[in-house]
Amino acid sequence: MDHADILIDVASVAKHYGEGDTRVDALRAVDLQVKAGEVIALLGPSGSGKTTLLNIIGCILDPSSGQVALDGEMVFDGKWLRGDLRRLRLEKIGFIFQAHNLLPFLTAEENVAVVLDLAGWPSSKGRARANELLDYLEVGHRAKVKPALLSGGEAQRVAIARALANKPRIILADEPTAALDSSRAQLVMDLLRRLAEEQQACIVTVTHDEKIFNRFDRLVHLRDGRLSDR
Amino acid sequence: MNLALKDIRHGLFRFVLTCFGLGLLMTVVLAMIGIYNGLVADALAIVKAPGAHVWVVEAGTKGPFAEASSIPPDARDAVARMPGVASAGALVYLTVETSHAGKALRLYLIGYEVGHPGGPSRIVAGRGISKNHFELVADRKSGLVPGDTVRLGRDRYTVVGLVEEAMNSGGDPAVYVVLADAIALQTALDPSAARVKAARGTSPALEGNVAAVIARLEPGADANLLTSTVRQWKHLQALTQAEQESLLLVSVVDRARRQIGLFLGILLSVSAVVIALIIYTMTMEKLKQIATLKLIGAPDRTILGLIVQQSLILGASGWAIGLGLILLVKDNFPRRVVLEPFNVLVLAGIIAVVCLLSSGLGIRVALKVDPATALGS
Repeated sequence: MDHADILIDVASVAKHYGEGDTRVDALRAVDLQVKAGEVIALLGPSGSGKTTLLNIIGCILDPSSGQVALDGEMVFDGKWLRGDLRRLRLEKIGFIFQAHNLLPFLTAEENVAVVLDLAGWPSSKGRARANELLDYLEVGHRAKVKPALLSGGEAQRVAIARALANKPRIILADEPTAALDSSRAQLVMDLLRRLAEEQQACIVTVTHDEKIFNRFDRLVHLRDGRLSDR
Repeated sequence: MNLALKDIRHGLFRFVLTCFGLGLLMTVVLAMIGIYNGLVADALAIVKAPGAHVWVVEAGTKGPFAEASSIPPDARDAVARMPGVASAGALVYLTVETSHAGKALRLYLIGYEVGHPGGPSRIVAGRGISKNHFELVADRKSGLVPGDTVRLGRDRYTVVGLVEEAMNSGGDPAVYVVLADAIALQTALDPSAARVKAARGTSPALEGNVAAVIARLEPGADANLLTSTVRQWKHLQALTQAEQESLLLVSVVDRARRQIGLFLGILLSVSAVVIALIIYTMTMEKLKQIATLKLIGAPDRTILGLIVQQSLILGASGWAIGLGLILLVKDNFPRRVVLEPFNVLVLAGIIAVVCLLSSGLGIRVALKVDPATALGS
């Protein structure tokens, strides 16, 4: 694997809660590398550490030890190496949620443009980029509509547009198809695959949805905080 | 992109309703401030109206407002002749109750000498008193209009003019009559009572007295010198205008003032709690959205701006609605409501501070929200 292509490099990452008798090891020395264009699934039973690993990659949760490098930049090595983790997320990571989490008081276009506004884009350019993405995801005709009036599939595509707005190369998705029916779920996964290829981004997805397992390049299994073959 | 305004516009009806509720509360607060000011203004209006520099009253009293005072009417001539006095006038004050248009009418009657200090300062409708008897000039709040007649004592008086903002500390509208009529009203007895009194041989000598004599001074004259001279040589009590005003505020309206002041304090505290609760609730309802904003990279200042701007808009809207409403209805209050721009601005400042402090509660919770809570369902 060409080292330059590796967008996520997690090395010996561990996470435990509590100490002594009450210590719980959520992750134990996990190593994971994800390269550009790759779409992987994190699988495992409840409590296996999937969400903990996703949150660590998303710079939301502090690892107890190990190293994390994102898009070629070492961001955690025993401690966070960047002071402003929110800025880091804004620059490098896009999030897709199970329940799309669109801001209800913004239109579809504004939900996408808000990320660019936070990133300091001029308003007109931000809106143009938002509309471009919504068109690309075939939901441009709903740009001026608020989330409450969007269907589940439309809302999820707007959420994907938001995740892609600032051109992040790492996209983290937590059960992105859980709220969708089977055909919609397949469509969303096809879309994510296309995006990963076209934008040379990597996508890490936590999912339990067996219907879409065939859409991933790799299935990464977690059990008791460790990577396992199955 | 202003998230605060977008959020407000999204739930506009609810926000407007909340602002209106807060506005009603602000109306009550402003009304209490206005009533408080009105109480003080009314109390002082009657003292300030004659434009006196010195008040001469009965020795050993603090009359004529804080205590009863009775001095001979010729005290006016004695005061008028004193050095430095430009003019002097005798005054009688008494409260009377009559009826008009089928309703009881309580009036604060002021008897004055036409051509001397103490009469109505500015006639806003009709004319001043020109006849020797049975004419009166009334405060507009009495409901009387020129041409009306009211029975006072045994006689019927005709309203010839109107004044504004002339009432006593109890809120009773003032009516001006000539001094002789006022003295007659003060002393006149029912015929049977007069007969009983005559049979007892009671002297009527003191019954034609006045309540006070006021003096206007010549430019450069020393009011304190005049009061000390009156006290020493005339065996009367003399008070400067400033002393009379202070006496009114300290003795006559002090308890009512403190009562309203305390009530105002309680109202402001209730308003602060209500504002804090509204803003806190508004923030708590947005925690998931705040977590999402944090997750997608919004800095703390964006979240802080969202909460602070909304609370300031809420406070400002409530204040503006309250001000608008009180300006609309203040003239319908039974007592005078006096709102000074200073009071309104101070209330705006208090609301701004309360909003900022209340935002602090919400901000504290919002800044603690874990962005990870946006993940999952």
